[in-house]
Amino acid sequence: MELLSGGEMLIRALHDEGVELLFGYPGGAALHIYDAIFNQDKVDHILVRHEQAATHAADGYARATGKPGVVLVTSGPGATNAITGIATAFMDSIPMVVISGQVDSSLIGTDGFQETDMVGVSRPIVKHSFMVQRAEEIPEIVKKAFYIATTGRPGPVVIDIPKDVTDPARKVKYQYPDSVKMRSYSVPSKGHTGQIKKAVEILLAAKRPVIYAGGGVIQGNGSELLTELARMLGYPVTNTLMGLGAYPGTDEQFLGMLGMHGTYEANMAMHFSDVVLGIGVRFDDRVTNAVNKFCPGAKILHVDIDPASISKTVTADVPIVGSVSTVLEEMIDLIKQSDSQVDSKSLELWWQQIEGWREKECLKVEASTDDSIKPQQVVQAVYKATGGNAYVSSDVGQHQMFAAQYYVFDKPRRWINSGGLGTMGFGFPAAVGVQLAYPDAVSVCITGEGSIQMCIQELATCMQYALPIKIVCLNNQALGMVKQWQDMQYGGRHSHSTYSESLPDFVKLMEAYGHVGIRIDKLSELDEKMAEAFAIKDKLVFIDVSVDATEHVYPMAIKGGSMKDMYLSKTERT
Amino acid sequence: MRHIISILLENEPGALSRVVGLFSQRNYNIESLTVAPTEDHSLSRLTITTIGDDRKIEQITKHLNKLIDVVKLVDLTEGSHVERELMLIKVKASGAQRAEIKRTTDIFRGQIIDVTPTVYSIQLSGTSDKLDSFIAALGNAAVLEVARTGVTGISRGDKVLSL
Repeated sequence: MELLSGGEMLIRALHDEGVELLFGYPGGAALHIYDAIFNQDKVDHILVRHEQAATHAADGYARATGKPGVVLVTSGPGATNAITGIATAFMDSIPMVVISGQVDSSLIGTDGFQETDMVGVSRPIVKHSFMVQRAEEIPEIVKKAFYIATTGRPGPVVIDIPKDVTDPARKVKYQYPDSVKMRSYSVPSKGHTGQIKKAVEILLAAKRPVIYAGGGVIQGNGSELLTELARMLGYPVTNTLMGLGAYPGTDEQFLGMLGMHGTYEANMAMHFSDVVLGIGVRFDDRVTNAVNKFCPGAKILHVDIDPASISKTVTADVPIVGSVSTVLEEMIDLIKQSDSQVDSKSLELWWQQIEGWREKECLKVEASTDDSIKPQQVVQAVYKATGGNAYVSSDVGQHQMFAAQYYVFDKPRRWINSGGLGTMGFGFPAAVGVQLAYPDAVSVCITGEGSIQMCIQELATCMQYALPIKIVCLNNQALGMVKQWQDMQYGGRHSHSTYSESLPDFVKLMEAYGHVGIRIDKLSELDEKMAEAFAIKDKLVFIDVSVDATEHVYPMAIKGGSMKDMYLSKTERT
Repeated sequence: MRHIISILLENEPGALSRVVGLFSQRNYNIESLTVAPTEDHSLSRLTITTIGDDRKIEQITKHLNKLIDVVKLVDLTEGSHVERELMLIKVKASGAQRAEIKRTTDIFRGQIIDVTPTVYSIQLSGTSDKLDSFIAALGNAAVLEVARTGVTGISRGDKVLSL
């Protein structure tokens, strides 16, 4: 057996685990590990410019590939800077392993320089965490960390390593375990067959069914099975913000996104349904609106891998704990074998009703008469310029909702956004992770001039690694979503949500970094300039688009109402 | 309703803080908590009493089960069970009160475990109710200090919480 130091073991273990990329930032407590990185060429390290960006980049990488994202930071501020990104991954169930350096074991608890109790600080936002006590433990802990992060309901795992544990002078025997067994951790796989049978019976007897699919379908690689099931039944499908792409967005049976800014037809269909099949969803408050008014006539069938997600907010009539793909497979088999048929007469009437709702065209954009650009039109232009094939990451706010509504995703893992935590600053570093995972793909970040400034330092990372990301900035010179709420709920008092006098010249800024900046402010030039920007394949291009600042995101759920209660425009409500 | 949840927990650093953290993080209530290693030194047994409706208790047990360090748990109040709490109580005992306190202690089957000319230290075990009743029965005797362990419990009959 080989003798390796703790630092060498860590990097070797990552390689043995199949890790190719590591996002990080060095510092005192991590220096032994960084030296081990220097002395090998199997695991690539990407140097970001802020630890928060390391976590978001690893997160974007994980969302796009399905593989765990890996982060390496130092102790103290390095570790605490990573917290926002860990919380983001935790809320969206993203597999991630974060390795943080820690001060020497002998200094722990003494308020040593750059000491933070990382295991304590991160505890509520990790799936699990480890504090390494001895170098000998490293291989097993790494194996366990990846096993926990990637199985069941995925999530971030922290490994905190005191500096003395990675001491290059102390070498111990290294062997990477093939598998790991933990008596206190079991992964639910197959759903309960009796429950699945029951669900299928109810599903087949439904008169006004809706399939409500979320991020769990993408995480559980169940998109194809979901599509097969939905097409077999001919039932309407809606996706959550996290689930966009789980079902093909251009398909006839797709009603669009549901929830707070979901389509009229998706929310109406949910409200008036008699059976809701929730798959890989958690009945989030941004979907249900007032829980006591949620889908009053519907039987709820709920499939999720996390038992704690079931009947948390909305009580499930048929709860099924299991991996989305095995449950879907079993459902499809049962439907094929079943004697009962879909109630096609009722289903036809149901579709007629849905078509009526669709006629409202809730996402129709009225072009301005003065050549100014509506934010929605920018997303449509991006869709056109990329042929709908891009990986689209977003930050948080109005632009995020416009992107979700107007960029139609036909495939899973293409839409990369912080749905649960709603982290501004997420989109750009996430696009870095995506671009590194797929160097030849188009990685677009749809952002706003507010969000982009929260992790703008990553322009330097893109310069270093020549990442040709396209940043599309919906520039309304304000924190759009905050302003929208202030317009709607605070008498139009724009408390600290505007800063039009103090925006940087983004085009010049791009020049400073050696990137390309393009400004668009006329609707008549939008498509052409957008195409030009996307034609530049070897450079990062920042497309700064001046958009109508008065535009609001609609539809929008009316607080305290049911899913059918929506504002459809500034003047119209249901 | 009050529930007693007994947990077998990996006897590892930080495990307890994960359990306690879960309760504060999700706004669950801890009425009492006891923890000590079991006959298997790799495991601790932790008993929590908490209050909540069925829905809340279901969420609590589900989230506890999700913690990697939690090996197994049971809600003792779901079945018939025995529960005990131990109390050490120090009371001022002088003059006529000395005999009265002694009598009350006997009635409650407590033991006086330390005596000074003016103070009794009494040990008493039983359900939490019984301990409350004892304090009430002391009447106007001056209670100087109370140390209670919190509830621990075990299922009746063949049912066991073990690996």
